[in-house]
Amino acid sequence: MDMIIAQNRFGLGANGLGPAAETDAKTWLSHQFEAYQSRPPSNFAIGNSADIAQRLEARQKAKAQEKKQADPSPRLQNYDDLREIYFDNVNARADFAIKSPTPFMERLVHFWANHFAISVDKIQVRALAGAYEFEAIRPNILGKFRDILMVAITHQAMVIYLDQARSIGPNSQFATRVTRNATTGQNRRIGINENLAREIMELHTLGVHGGYNQTDVTEFAKALTGLTIMNQQRAQRGGSVTIGQTYFEESFHENGPRNILGKTYRQNGMAQPLAVLEDLAKHPSTARNIATKLARHFAGDNPPPRLVDELATTFQNTNGDLKSLYRVLINAPECWAAAPVKFKTPWEWLISSLRATSFHNIEQVEVATIMRNLGQAVWEPKSPKGFDDIESAWAAPDALMRRVELAPQIASRVRITSPNIMADNLFGSGLLPHTKTAISRAESPISGLSLLLVSPEFMRR
Amino acid sequence: MSNTFERRNFIKLGLGAFGGAMASAFPNFAFANADTDTRFLFVIQRGAADGLDSVIPYADPAYARARGALAISESEAIKLNGTFALHPSLVNIGELYKSGQAAMVHAIASPYRERSHFDGQNIMESGGLRAYEIDSGWLNRFLTLLAIGRNSRKDPIALSATIPMALRGTNPVTSYAPSNIPASDNDYMSRIGQLYETDAQLYALWMQATATREMAAGENNRQNAGSMGRLAASFLVRDDGPRIAMVESNGWDTHQGQKNRLENGLRGLDAEIATFKAGMGDKWAKTIVLIATEFGRTIATNGTIGTDHGTGSVAYVLGGKVNGGRVIADWPGLANAQLYEGRDLKPTADLYGLIAGVLGEGFGIEPQLVARTLFPALPNTRALGGLVRV
Repeated sequence: MDMIIAQNRFGLGANGLGPAAETDAKTWLSHQFEAYQSRPPSNFAIGNSADIAQRLEARQKAKAQEKKQADPSPRLQNYDDLREIYFDNVNARADFAIKSPTPFMERLVHFWANHFAISVDKIQVRALAGAYEFEAIRPNILGKFRDILMVAITHQAMVIYLDQARSIGPNSQFATRVTRNATTGQNRRIGINENLAREIMELHTLGVHGGYNQTDVTEFAKALTGLTIMNQQRAQRGGSVTIGQTYFEESFHENGPRNILGKTYRQNGMAQPLAVLEDLAKHPSTARNIATKLARHFAGDNPPPRLVDELATTFQNTNGDLKSLYRVLINAPECWAAAPVKFKTPWEWLISSLRATSFHNIEQVEVATIMRNLGQAVWEPKSPKGFDDIESAWAAPDALMRRVELAPQIASRVRITSPNIMADNLFGSGLLPHTKTAISRAESPISGLSLLLVSPEFMRR
Repeated sequence: MSNTFERRNFIKLGLGAFGGAMASAFPNFAFANADTDTRFLFVIQRGAADGLDSVIPYADPAYARARGALAISESEAIKLNGTFALHPSLVNIGELYKSGQAAMVHAIASPYRERSHFDGQNIMESGGLRAYEIDSGWLNRFLTLLAIGRNSRKDPIALSATIPMALRGTNPVTSYAPSNIPASDNDYMSRIGQLYETDAQLYALWMQATATREMAAGENNRQNAGSMGRLAASFLVRDDGPRIAMVESNGWDTHQGQKNRLENGLRGLDAEIATFKAGMGDKWAKTIVLIATEFGRTIATNGTIGTDHGTGSVAYVLGGKVNGGRVIADWPGLANAQLYEGRDLKPTADLYGLIAGVLGEGFGIEPQLVARTLFPALPNTRALGGLVRV
């Protein structure tokens, strides 16, 4: 039974074609730290941010050109290119998740990608979202929290998403130069943008009640000025940074000491925001924020206080070592409750359905479209907060109807042995007699498997 | 507030005494193999239709108190007599009542006393005492008493993709689904509710989801209001066609926003009756329509301006053959102490007795024989007589 909980709650869902392997559940989970591949093989193209950034740049140039020529027709293709990247990358994400022998690790990828959420509702991010997850999240889920934080918030997708690229110190060299030229008719708005600074504090590290105030946000935003993306114009001046990459632009930086959370940062340049980030990463509020989110994800919507405490303490004692946090989860009795602790998100439901039925032919489907229909468009949360990780966000009538409608479409495309045996394989003694009866009364195997996929057991983990 | 409302007033005002019919009160009945020209349409309201806001006991002061925002005022309702009024959406049924072609039996229920839709429907359709105990329906068993089943063109017809429980059994029946019903998925979809029966959260979500879908479908097919009535009439009006038909009416599980949902549901039902009557032409004079639901709803409103599963509800008997213009009720009252289990309309009339009486009188078969054949598990069923002009 523990193995079944491990597969469904820690992993991304058991495979219905065979019974769970008779290994120790906790060993199975901790072995995944070593077996995890951050770059597993896939038939799908994986987004590469440098390449995409260049194409974005080219597209912007083309657009500018287009305005001059008033001939929009031949340029649309650029947009389609980018759209295709998004669709391919979503399929790749699903492909990894469905075939992965380390599904606990894949779940953590999804967890951290959602913690450091970006959203493709900003069109410039659409093509970069896959690259962001593959480059910033996947390689960093087993390191220190500070590492994943640094990489995520300095990735170009995040810098673009949270409007950091044009956050410029009002007294920076650049601002001074522009102001001097103001008489020549140039009128560019120059100033800081607090968005990234605020979300790092509110969402990524301290948490909304983590003990910071507006002055801290503003000061942090000033410290972050200079973190931007290389563009065509600046690239022409030489240097090693390629177009589209993030880098530190000294001329944008607001020089001077910054007071943040009662501490003064006197560093110059990029060293200053990095020092702030180091402190944020080890702040007790951050430890508690991360602990709460992890506990909620693995032990239920109302995270057990004991588990939160243990995770927060471990976070501080290990300097934010993520593997140590995962070990706490593996050994926490709260994560092994026999009854389900979570209502599956649409993503979890779809992936577990495809895993249960060994649906390996991802080429046949457009996962992005399916997920949009299920109500959780991939990499498209409504805010930087990411998708909610509580039942009330997903347990809704129409959302349920959509799962019910999709299930027969999955069931009719896979090889079915016996829905009854599959149910036993998936849930073991956790299978409710009522569900068992409903499945065995179904008029056809497809109908039986569909019922299994929407059964109360399958809706939760 | 005056509390002079008394149960006996309702008995008097309800006119026909209920439950007093004896076998001897039925003259000239055949004892099987009746060949008949009578037409019978059974409409099942799936989801537990609220009897109280459909046929409103406006004279019971406890009604307005208990229903609060859901109470339908005397002024907007269609007054039937000194005690009861019809929901304002039931215009056509109100007209039938005035012309003596509609009767309502209030505070009625099957023997089922729990509150599961599926068990409740299974019992009221199978005619048993316990759910899933009998694997045929009372309407199918009724066919053994008739001589009309010999010609397959005359097989009773269900206007749905699959045969509903009431018509299932050894006697041949048929079904016809209009193309706007997604026939392929009906079985699977109908099993989802059963699958979630023991899961309060998913069950509630599913009920809401299906109700919403139905309403959306209703919106899309507004011009199709009454299409099932028209379709049913197109079969029953024929001399060489079926004599018995069954129609399923969904969306009565008004846990939330009951006012609008019931209004839409009843308006739709009323439209079906109007088109059915029009389609039957002069055969309407030979027609009986029975409308019934698996159980009623709570007297009090819940927290989402709806009502939850209850017990007693109302049944309607309509048609040119009906001896109507009355509401039959041994009214139990709505004061707290008068409620079933402190929450529901206490059933004082027996749905099985009503079915036996209506079918017996309607088809000219001794009603107690009908009762014994249709409801063998309940040998004490007493047919309710006098509702059909013999």
